[in-house]
Amino acid sequence: MPIRTVMKANEAAAWAAKLAKPKVIAAFPITPSTLVPEKISEFVANGELDAEFIKVESEHSAISACVGASAAGVRTFTATASQGLALMHEVLFIAAGMRLPIVMAIGNRSLSAPINIWNDWQDSISERDTGWLQFYAENNQEALDLILIAYKVAEDERVLLPAMVGFDAFILTHTVEPVEIPDQELVDEFLGEYEPKHAYVDPKRPITQGTLAFPAHYMEARYTVWEANENARKVIDEAFAEFEKKFGRKYQKIEEYRTDDAEIIFVTMGSLAGTVKEYVDHLREKGIKVGAAKLTVYRPFPIEEVRALAKKAKVLALLEKNVTFSVGGALFQDFSRALINEKEKPIIIDYILGLGGRDVTFQNLDEALAIAQKALNGEEFEEVNWIGLRKEIL
Amino acid sequence: MEIPENVKKRLSIPAEEHFFAGHTACQGCGASLGIRYVLKAYGRKTIFVIPACCSTIIAGPWPYTALDANLFHTAFETTGAVISGIEAALKARGIKVKGEDGVMVVGWAGDGGTADIGLQALSGFLERGHDAVYIMYDNEAYMNTGIQRSSSTPYGAWTTNTPGGKRHFLEKRHKKKVIDIVIAHEVPYAATASVAFPEDFIRKLKKARKIPGPSFIQLFSPCPTGWRSPTDKSIEIARLAVQTAYFPLFEYENGKYKINMPSPKKEPKPIEEFLKLQGRFKYMTKEDIENLQSWVLREWEKLKKLAEVFG
Repeated sequence: MPIRTVMKANEAAAWAAKLAKPKVIAAFPITPSTLVPEKISEFVANGELDAEFIKVESEHSAISACVGASAAGVRTFTATASQGLALMHEVLFIAAGMRLPIVMAIGNRSLSAPINIWNDWQDSISERDTGWLQFYAENNQEALDLILIAYKVAEDERVLLPAMVGFDAFILTHTVEPVEIPDQELVDEFLGEYEPKHAYVDPKRPITQGTLAFPAHYMEARYTVWEANENARKVIDEAFAEFEKKFGRKYQKIEEYRTDDAEIIFVTMGSLAGTVKEYVDHLREKGIKVGAAKLTVYRPFPIEEVRALAKKAKVLALLEKNVTFSVGGALFQDFSRALINEKEKPIIIDYILGLGGRDVTFQNLDEALAIAQKALNGEEFEEVNWIGLRKEIL
Repeated sequence: MEIPENVKKRLSIPAEEHFFAGHTACQGCGASLGIRYVLKAYGRKTIFVIPACCSTIIAGPWPYTALDANLFHTAFETTGAVISGIEAALKARGIKVKGEDGVMVVGWAGDGGTADIGLQALSGFLERGHDAVYIMYDNEAYMNTGIQRSSSTPYGAWTTNTPGGKRHFLEKRHKKKVIDIVIAHEVPYAATASVAFPEDFIRKLKKARKIPGPSFIQLFSPCPTGWRSPTDKSIEIARLAVQTAYFPLFEYENGKYKINMPSPKKEPKPIEEFLKLQGRFKYMTKEDIENLQSWVLREWEKLKKLAEVFG
C-alpha cells in the first residue's frame, strides 16, 4: 500500500532515491539540497537502503564519483544546487558523452554574485547544453515521481543519458506538503534492475571508455547524444503512460490549464505554475480569456508540444526565473526555435521575474498581463520585461 | 620472441605483457614504461583511470587502445574521485577489490594532475580510505600541453613558462613534496619508485595490492621531450636521480619509514651528475646548483632522520 504522508521536497527526493535503490550515492552538502543526501545517509545507516555512500570533498568529486560508479555498472544518485551544479559543469558533459544514466536532484537556486541561496532556475538552465535530460517539478509529489520517471527514461537503451530533476529552492525543498510514497514493489516493477549492456568497466571484459576522438570521429559521438535526446521524446511519453497506469498520476511534457479558448497563455515551470494557475482562475472569474501551461520536461525541449500549444493562443507569455544576458530568458530562445518557421504563430513575450527568491505576486502577474494585453491590442510592447524590479534602489 | 617457461620462472619481472606496441609515447618516455610495469604487476584484472594527460594520448585514440585492461579516461582533476566511484560500485556489485585476487583500481595521473589540479580529489580519496592505488607518474612538468612548470618542477629547471631569459626567470621554487602531503593523511602505504628500478617498483606495486585501503606511489618518470635529454638516457637519468638522493626511493608503511635507495650510509653522488644530462638545467648558475644541492641534502637528512626515528 502506498503511504500518504507529509514531507519536504528534499525528503521526497530522498525517498525517490531510496525507492530506486541506487548502489552508489556520492554527494556534498549545499543549501538548499543538503537534506537530500542527509536523509539518504539515514536510510543507509538504518539499513533501509543498501548502498555505498561516498562523502566526497566537493560537488566536482560528487559527480566524478557518480561517473566512475555508473561506468562501473551500477545505478547512482546525487543531489546539488546552484554553485555546486556550476562546479560540476565540465563533468556533466562527460556523463552525457559517456552515456551514463546518472540521476541528480536539483534544489533550483540562484547563482552568485551577489551571494543568494534562494530560488530561481539559473543553475540548471545554465546546464541545458550538457546533454542531460531535465525535468521540473511543480510540487513535492512531482519531485518524487519525476525522479523515478527520470531513472526509467535515463536507463532506457534508446536513451542512456543522465537526467536532472529540478524543484524550487525553499518554496519546495523546505516546504512540507502531502506526498504519497509509492509501493516499493510497484517501483521495482516500474524500474527493474539496472543492467547496463552498453559500456561499463568489467574486469572480465576490458574496454576503453571516454577515449580521445580525433576530428574524424568526435562529431559522430556528439551526434549520438543528439539522437539520444531525440529518442527520449518518445521514451518520456511511454514512461509517463506507464507511470500513470501503475501509480495513477498523470504527467505530460507540457501540462495545460484552461487553455481552450485562451487568448493569452502564461507559460512557466516549477512551483510558479501553481501561482499562475491560481492567477488564471482569478482572471477567468473576471471574464479574461487566459490559460496556463507548465513545462514538466525542458530537455529534450518539447518542440511539437510547444507548436500545439502555440496554436491555441494569440499571445504566449513566458514567465522565467532565469536570464540569458542580452537575449532574454532561455525559454524565449527555445520557444523562438520551436515557432520561428511556423506559418501562423502567436506573439511571444518574455518576462524575467522571481530571481534570487523574490516572491512572484499577483501584482507582478498583473504587470505581465498588462504588457500581454497591449500586444494583443496591436500596441507596441517590449519583448523582454524584467518584472517587479525595485526601481527606487537601482 | 617466446620466452621459455623455465626462464620465465626465474624472471624478477613478470613476462606477461598487457601493454602493447603501437602506443603513441615519445621515445624514451618514462610514463609508458610505468604503464607497462603496472600491468605486468597487476595483470588484466586492472581498471586504469587516466585523467587528461600524456597517457591519454599514449593509450591511443578511438578506436585503438594499447592496453589489454579496462581503461577509463576522465577529466584532469578527477582521478581521485573517479577511482573512488569505481571502487564503491565494484564493491556494491560484490566484486572483490584489491588483495591477492581482487580487481585493481588504479589511478594513473601525472604530477600536474596530482600535485596541482587533482590534489583535492586525491586528498578526498586518501582520506576516505578507498581500496585503490593511486600512481603519480612524475615527469616534473605539464608535458602534454608543452612543458609548463608544475608544483613538482624542480628548482632551476627551464620550462616553457620558466624560460630563463635576461632576468634569469627559471623555476624558483623547490619541488613540492607530494608524498609528504599523502603521508599526512596517515595512509597505510605510500612509496616512491623509479622506472630505473623496475624490480623495486613491481615489488611496491605488489605490496600496495596486498595492503587494504588507499595506496600511493610516486613514480619518477623521465621525459626526454620536456627535459631536453637524449632519448637513450632516460634510465640513466632516473638512476642518477636516486643515486644523488634527489629522488630517494623509500616506503611508508603503517607509520614506518624505510629507505630503499640510495644507501643512507653512503654519501649521495653530487647533484651535477643528474643535472648535466638534461638540457632543462643548462641555464642554472653555480649558485643555483649550490642552492638545489643544499635542498637535496637537507631533504635527504630529513628522510634519514624519519627512517631512523620511525623505522
